[in-house]
Amino acid sequence: MIAHSIFFYTFSLIAIVSAIMVTASKNTVHSVFFLILDFISISCLFIMIGAEFLGMIMLIVYVGAVAVLFLFVVMMLNVAQQKNQWFVGQQSSKHIPVGLIISTLIFFEIVIVIGGWKYKPEIFDINNSFAQTSISNTHSLGQILYTDYIHVFQISGMILLVAMIGAIVLTFRQRAGVKRQSYIKQISRERAEGVEVLEVQSNKGVKIDD
Amino acid sequence: MIDIGLGHYLTLGAVIFSIGVIGIFLNRKNIIVILMSIELILLAVNINLVAFSIYLGDLAGQVFTLFILTVAAAEAAIGLAIIVVYFRNSGTIRVEEIDKLKG
Repeated sequence: MIAHSIFFYTFSLIAIVSAIMVTASKNTVHSVFFLILDFISISCLFIMIGAEFLGMIMLIVYVGAVAVLFLFVVMMLNVAQQKNQWFVGQQSSKHIPVGLIISTLIFFEIVIVIGGWKYKPEIFDINNSFAQTSISNTHSLGQILYTDYIHVFQISGMILLVAMIGAIVLTFRQRAGVKRQSYIKQISRERAEGVEVLEVQSNKGVKIDD
Repeated sequence: MIDIGLGHYLTLGAVIFSIGVIGIFLNRKNIIVILMSIELILLAVNINLVAFSIYLGDLAGQVFTLFILTVAAAEAAIGLAIIVVYFRNSGTIRVEEIDKLKG
């Protein structure tokens, strides 16, 4: 139990500090790196609490794909040079109190809801949940994901497909001066525009380029 | 304090959620950091779902977290594509200067 609490406080402290640094750091590249650190520590928490599959998926999807996509876009758009701090300028200063008030309000609302909750006593006993069963987390997740939730699973695949097509269509552009293969042009070529039959007289030859 | 229960995880989720909301409000740099704050908010929701799923012994929460992960990945891809197109057209993604719609 001691080890559980030590690991929980360590990882959650790292997660909270890096979440603050995501919003507060001046360089966008640094905030992407803090986002990666945040995802890693939260996935460590997931693995620790017993959701191993989700922790690993989190590492693969967020750290491996989403965060690298962010990093790629940040470096491609060259926005790291756009130095613009929070607290300079008269426009930004009036947003700060509003944002702080609203977010502390949200935080205290959530805390009041959590604190006013009456838990059943067996909820606090983690040992009676499925952590003790012989079947692993990944196995049991797969057993319900491919049976009870199969339609939702297919729909999430469709969402990924739509996102992929949308991203490609949005960022696609045709540059002038780049030679491309045009299938419709190739297919619709007629014999008349490609071949010319000439009468060749002996010892004269044919002049092609004129 | 020493016994880690469901409330600890929910509080962690609340803290990260609030930090994400603060990030959306206070950000004046560029719109990519706002997208990252949205990712933080989705992460906080995932923490809550996984904690409830573990402590109640019900796997549906983890399945739901999987779908939230999918939607978050799709949202990040589309959002970044829109940002790239906007940057190509107008040359800036600073939040104050994105005012073409005059909202």
